[in-house]
Amino acid sequence: MSIQFKINGRASTVDVPDDTPLLWVIRDELDLKGTKFGCGIGLCGACTVHVDGKAQRSCVMPVSAVADTSITTIEGLDHPLQDAWIAVQAPQCGYCQSGQIMQAASLLDANPNPTDQQITDQMNGNLCRCMAYKRIRQAIKLAASDLRGGDNE
Amino acid sequence: MSKLAHLRKYNAPAITRRGFMIGATSAGFTLAFVPAALLSTTPARAMAEDRFEPTVWYAIDPAGIITVNVAEAEMGQHVGTALARIVAEELEADWNDVRLNHVDSEARYGYRVTGGSWSVWQNFDLLSRAGAAGRQALVEEGAKLLGESANQCSASNSRVICGNKTISYGEIVSRGNITRSYSDEDLSAMPIKAPSQRKLIGNETRALDIPAKTRGETIYGIDATVEGMVYAKPMLPPTRYGSRITSIDDAGARSVNGYQQTLALEDPSNTVPGWALVIADSYHAALEASRKIRIQYDTGETANVSEADIRARAESLIASGNGSLVVDDPGVDDAFGTARKVFSQKYTTGTALHFQMEPVNALALQRNGMWELHTGNQWQSLAIPWYATALGVPEDKILMKTYHLGGGFGRRLNGDYGVPALLATKALGVPVKVVLDRSDDSRFDSPRSTSVQQLEAAIDKNGQITGMQHHAAAGWPTEAMAGFFLGTGLNGEKFDPFSINGANHWYTLGAHRVRAISNDLANKTFRPGWLRSVGPGWTNWASESFMDELAHELGIDPVQFRLNHLKPIGKNAGSEPNSIGGASRLANVLRRAVVKSGWGRPLPKDTGMGVATTFGQERDMPTWCACVARVNVNRKTGKIAVEKLTLVLDAGTIVHPDGALAQTEGAALWGLSLALHEGTEFKDGEVADRNLDTYTPLRMADVPDMDIELVESDYQAVGLGEPATTVVGPAIGNAIYNAVGLRLRHIPIRPDDILMALA
Repeated sequence: MSIQFKINGRASTVDVPDDTPLLWVIRDELDLKGTKFGCGIGLCGACTVHVDGKAQRSCVMPVSAVADTSITTIEGLDHPLQDAWIAVQAPQCGYCQSGQIMQAASLLDANPNPTDQQITDQMNGNLCRCMAYKRIRQAIKLAASDLRGGDNE
Repeated sequence: MSKLAHLRKYNAPAITRRGFMIGATSAGFTLAFVPAALLSTTPARAMAEDRFEPTVWYAIDPAGIITVNVAEAEMGQHVGTALARIVAEELEADWNDVRLNHVDSEARYGYRVTGGSWSVWQNFDLLSRAGAAGRQALVEEGAKLLGESANQCSASNSRVICGNKTISYGEIVSRGNITRSYSDEDLSAMPIKAPSQRKLIGNETRALDIPAKTRGETIYGIDATVEGMVYAKPMLPPTRYGSRITSIDDAGARSVNGYQQTLALEDPSNTVPGWALVIADSYHAALEASRKIRIQYDTGETANVSEADIRARAESLIASGNGSLVVDDPGVDDAFGTARKVFSQKYTTGTALHFQMEPVNALALQRNGMWELHTGNQWQSLAIPWYATALGVPEDKILMKTYHLGGGFGRRLNGDYGVPALLATKALGVPVKVVLDRSDDSRFDSPRSTSVQQLEAAIDKNGQITGMQHHAAAGWPTEAMAGFFLGTGLNGEKFDPFSINGANHWYTLGAHRVRAISNDLANKTFRPGWLRSVGPGWTNWASESFMDELAHELGIDPVQFRLNHLKPIGKNAGSEPNSIGGASRLANVLRRAVVKSGWGRPLPKDTGMGVATTFGQERDMPTWCACVARVNVNRKTGKIAVEKLTLVLDAGTIVHPDGALAQTEGAALWGLSLALHEGTEFKDGEVADRNLDTYTPLRMADVPDMDIELVESDYQAVGLGEPATTVVGPAIGNAIYNAVGLRLRHIPIRPDDILMALA
């Protein structure tokens, strides 16, 4: 059936079965490959996108649930986190990083001054198999500081 | 002979001589090593042939852009950045002009493998000379263009400078002719920089592959598509080998929109026996359909094998006395025969999965008379013969296209996942993209085998250790997949060097015997894999736990005990160029880690520190590493909190310091994860844990403080991708002993193990 939504600011209509996970619609129907398939059960976070501004696991979200929403994928994100990710040289293989960045962006958009515990709580569902966790945390703190105007808290 | 040299000798194209050539191409000049066969041709002709060995070469275009071509797989180690910096250093290139290109697997590029933390170690000298040759040619030609004499000129930042005149490399390439040939001898005589003159190596840089990874632009194997392709999801048989499909019932799947058919594969290479593929218009449809398909099998003989069976088999093999003697100093039997006491312990490790984030996948197609396989892979030269057998075509008809790897860790050394894609493409006549879902990926991962090890020390009447034995049994990846790479032991029996590395340690502990045993039941039940560091993942767990136990047995501080036996004498003296200093360098990093960690200071209750060392993977290429772990044990919940890891490494010259640090951080956390957080077991012939609901690698919440120091060193650059993986587990085990007095001899250690041991 035909489902309409906005993705990265553009109107989009797809004609796929209702229960198709959003992940496969994004990757294979819309050819946006930055969103990744990892576990398929919502536990690794590689498929994280924003649906109406909130971080969601697209591998377990049926496309029917996003009708008339606005979706952002890594390709549509322009966020200080991405510069911070480069500054601290966070990615190794990089496969999980789209999801990590999308997850972190929804944290900072809601709370530009997160505590270490808040970072852990928000990010613990995102597996990084290269285990670049230390730098991911550093990057989030650096971006948060930039967002607040460069204070060094 | 190092194993790598052994590999190249055995399986690489016969190249006894080579030279270096610089020749014009349509886009500037290419600078490359060429095999002996091309030495007599002109550089232009050699460049046209495009047969370069080793598989790193570079080109400079008229705009001055320097493209370094690398064959190594990029899987997060930023290998291209490290290799390109070696070239750029001697070339006197402006780093901003340098680009990377990862090349495909054509046979003319020589032997292809990325693993064993070999890349930098193996290429350092050659790439330095390749850079130096390019610089020399550019200086000569630049001087000519400026009307100066070359010996009055030098190079810096992609420019040739003669007094107050300068000319850029780009301009030299557009206006001049730098065609040259250098023999092996010329290259050897080429002066290369002393460490103190280096500008790029050892200084900070940003990895070239990182920006794209923050924008979702990096293309991994799973992202490869081609017009007209179909998707395939495997239906895996109940056993890795020996199962045969007897019937397929896909009636339930026919109503799935986009489902095409279920294809049973006939595989002459026996890589994927008993596999079928669900073919569909989309991957989602293939997944949907797969849930509604029923397949009957003649089941292979390992259908009921359990983890306990595999370990029981290991124990009986150890007891049998069979196996390959990898080390067998004279006097072992004497030492044990006359010992006042034989101190003996058994250590085990569980099955572990790679669980790389990108499930294995491959896209196969036919184009221009070639079979193309689009996939991320670490060992193309191992897999291509399998593919040729599967398809019944010559190896030179197969081309592997290179992609970024969504995690390697050794999983993609085994390219088994390319076979189903190629077979299906052959059967269907259309491009086929096979993607294993997570459960498939785990079920037929090539896991790190469970291991059983028996360690023994002979203690004489003076309390001196006069002999040591180490018997290790596990599934052997090299036997399963790369038999040509097996070593021959002192008793004539074959052994898997990767699976016993680490047991041949640098401690002087009297007469030493190491016996490696292949666990045939493991090899039959699954396809054992090379997992980050391979053998030292279990051998070092055993040796470094045993060293601690021995120290306590003898009433000596475990740090002092290790230092007492780390002496640069005899076979532990070290040698040029890789292991200069020998055991003294291991002692050095150990002392440093101990000092940094605050070893010996009072700690809160149920908190302890533990120490361990490793020399990385191979005695031929040691990376000296010591770790102190500080842990707290919760007696009520059994939870072990690792509070801090202090690591000191001596890896010789560090080419890309921040990359080296990143690799070490990741490797250390892998070690922690394998020690405490993740593991599975065989149950009914298959791994029991297949997804993140029960297979639970380390997450951010459990990351400890890490204090990592890379020792400043001008020695031979060695590897860094793996060493920290194997040192953390025994350091944690030893810390648990010091915290609560429990000696645990199996990893992973779970809270229940602590509670049971405390009860």
